[in-house]
Amino acid sequence: MASEKRALIWIARDLSKCSGCRKCEVACSLFHEKCIWPEASRIRVFMLAPGIEFPHFCAQCEDYPCVEACPVNALSVSKETGAVIVDSNTCIGCGKCIDACPGRIPHLHPKGNKILICDLCGGDPQCVKVCQEGLWNVLRIVPRGNYSYKLYARTPEEIARDLAAKIFGEDGARYV
Amino acid sequence: MIRGYAGKFLEVDLSAKSFKEVKFSDEVLKDYVGGRGLAAKILWDRLGSKWETIDPLGPENLLLFLTGPLTGFFPGGRICVSGKSPQSNGVVGSTVGGEFGVELKCAGYDGIIVAGEAEKPVYLFVKDSDLEIRDASHIWGLDAKQTTAVLTRECRELLKARYPQKGEWKEPSILYIGPAGENKVRTAAVAAKWSHAAGYGGYGAVMGSKRLKAIAVKGTGPLPEVADLEGVKTLMQEVCNNAYESELWRRWGTGSAGYEVGARTSSEPVRNWQEEWHDERSFGVNEFENRVWVKQYWGDFGCPTTCLKLAVVRSGRFKGAITDNPDYELQAYLGTNLGIFTPEENVFMASVIDDLGLCGIQTGNVLGFAAELFQRGILTKEDLDGIELKWGDAEAFAALAKKIAYREGIGNILAEGTYRAALKIGEMKGVDVMPYAVQVKGIGVGAHGIRSEKDYPEIYSYACSVQGGDHTSTACMPLDDFRSELMMTFHDSGVYCYFNVFGLSRTLVFNFYKAVTGIELTKEDWVATKAMKIIQLQRAMLLLGGPDLKWNPEIHDDNPPRFYEPLPSGPLKGKAIEKARVDEEKRRYYELVGWDERGIPKSETLRRLGLDDVDKALEKLR
Repeated sequence: MASEKRALIWIARDLSKCSGCRKCEVACSLFHEKCIWPEASRIRVFMLAPGIEFPHFCAQCEDYPCVEACPVNALSVSKETGAVIVDSNTCIGCGKCIDACPGRIPHLHPKGNKILICDLCGGDPQCVKVCQEGLWNVLRIVPRGNYSYKLYARTPEEIARDLAAKIFGEDGARYV
Repeated sequence: MIRGYAGKFLEVDLSAKSFKEVKFSDEVLKDYVGGRGLAAKILWDRLGSKWETIDPLGPENLLLFLTGPLTGFFPGGRICVSGKSPQSNGVVGSTVGGEFGVELKCAGYDGIIVAGEAEKPVYLFVKDSDLEIRDASHIWGLDAKQTTAVLTRECRELLKARYPQKGEWKEPSILYIGPAGENKVRTAAVAAKWSHAAGYGGYGAVMGSKRLKAIAVKGTGPLPEVADLEGVKTLMQEVCNNAYESELWRRWGTGSAGYEVGARTSSEPVRNWQEEWHDERSFGVNEFENRVWVKQYWGDFGCPTTCLKLAVVRSGRFKGAITDNPDYELQAYLGTNLGIFTPEENVFMASVIDDLGLCGIQTGNVLGFAAELFQRGILTKEDLDGIELKWGDAEAFAALAKKIAYREGIGNILAEGTYRAALKIGEMKGVDVMPYAVQVKGIGVGAHGIRSEKDYPEIYSYACSVQGGDHTSTACMPLDDFRSELMMTFHDSGVYCYFNVFGLSRTLVFNFYKAVTGIELTKEDWVATKAMKIIQLQRAMLLLGGPDLKWNPEIHDDNPPRFYEPLPSGPLKGKAIEKARVDEEKRRYYELVGWDERGIPKSETLRRLGLDDVDKALEKLR
């Protein structure tokens, strides 16, 4: 059990450095959809105000509330990666997992009414590669430890308001 | 169907409140590609026969928002805005960075053609094939930041209400105008993301004339299928790897030039181009970096360079000013050209200009012109409604910029842009003020002077450009030079950011085009036939001009008078350009692009390119 946990990874995130280039969306959709499809990307860059772009994607909460909430058991946790795996044959697109997620991170695929959640690309996340390659370093792979990753599951509005204050100063949130 | 295109264009008639889909044949798309090229074709076909009578600010003008086949694929997304220009009365392919082009293609459209004019302020909302002309009375009058915030919230709420199960909706991409566009100011931009502007051409005024405050687009589909996905991926990587290694633009954007172009190449406008040299260390890029940058890398869709930098003034008189850190052009036009030499004042000026929805280059040009008239006592404090327009006084310039945006007092004259303002003020004062107007064919010259001959434009670059003073479309020889407007036309027609092209082989963009579209295109073919055709169309419409102004190439294919004055300062003090040399180079250039000795496209040139109708239309100019 212990050795298995050490093998797990987590994508550490430094949101205020995001350039808004969206290469993570390009890489994610090329990997999963074999085309450039921003809205079908498992990682999505939100820009609720210019200059405060940030990637929004699964934080792999310790207690996986989305998995708990699924009425048809379409969601499971990968033993190899700790990522949430969507069984799209079972998923009914009801959106219960979205409501259960503290960050409202899952979203429906634009075609086919199935939920999309980051699967860590099976352990080799493509988004991290492009972010590292461009030296933006917003995304970084770290070993998954025993921390409260759930803290990172926040809604786009919450994140945007905080980043706006951090980047623009005291009145920043009014631009969101 | 050619790959890389969504396959249809959306036409909106704001007068009739109707929508329709428009398609172009493969032949047209092969010849004109998209963006600037296709804009020239659409405008000629639809307005060419009555070009001289079309008021750019009237309902007959068309406002075009066009992607190209490379948009979204070639790193660095842009959209091309065009129409009959209220600055030159010709056609400018004015591009602006952002996600708009990508969203549009994901929504299933290669472009939007806006016709007519709305009765009251509206905005256009596009969600895939769901199209809506919505009331904009609540955002009419709002500045850039307010407009963006209100529309982003409103559109996301709309999407949530209509598609409640989707989850969190990402924001749509928005193009908008500020108060300046609403008031049909000829130096108004079509803008995106607070500080990104399609400035050249003055299309903000066209959008305002149509009472179209904004367009918001959310596309949920994939980008169109490409001919060779593996090829596209490889080329994307090549473009990125090249950009990652370019320390200059990645680190500083063009922002190092605010010091460099003045101090090293003596080609930066200083106090309305009275000088082109300065050695103000206070304007060094390190000062910007240390004092105002809050984000080092900021960019648009797919961009590896992320040359933008986010700047905020945290304290002092200009506290709260936020903008994309002024790039070189705005460091020059909203800095040195106004005698401003500190990062905080420069950021403040750019922030004011953004908020008003003005083009920083054109507005900085007309502000500098006004300040020189004040310096010379031609315009007085009374003329300026009490503003003491002294060099370096950012607050005075900001106050005048506001008057321009709202067309108040003297602002109503300056809102016509430098050339038209010079005509009017000259008449008012009984003095020829044209010597102080640094523009070509109604378009203020970009912030790269020619007098030192140390910078990139040639001495005839602006004089012969089909886009007037536009520094991104300079006439150059040979015609396949990477700076030549025939080559620039490819970037503006494929519609992507040409900043990601520097350092790459000049054939790469054509290989990229082939990987996306499946169509073979050589640089030689592009320059000799396709770009040549686009340039002739643009030239024809520029010379036909009207209704308020017409250009006579024998007079107006020339540099601004100032460029013939010797440089008064710096290491190149005394350096001047001789008119005879310009004329000589011009003749060589005319020869290469197939224009007669007066600068009119020759019959044989046009007929060889299959532009017989253009030839007929130009008969009256010969």
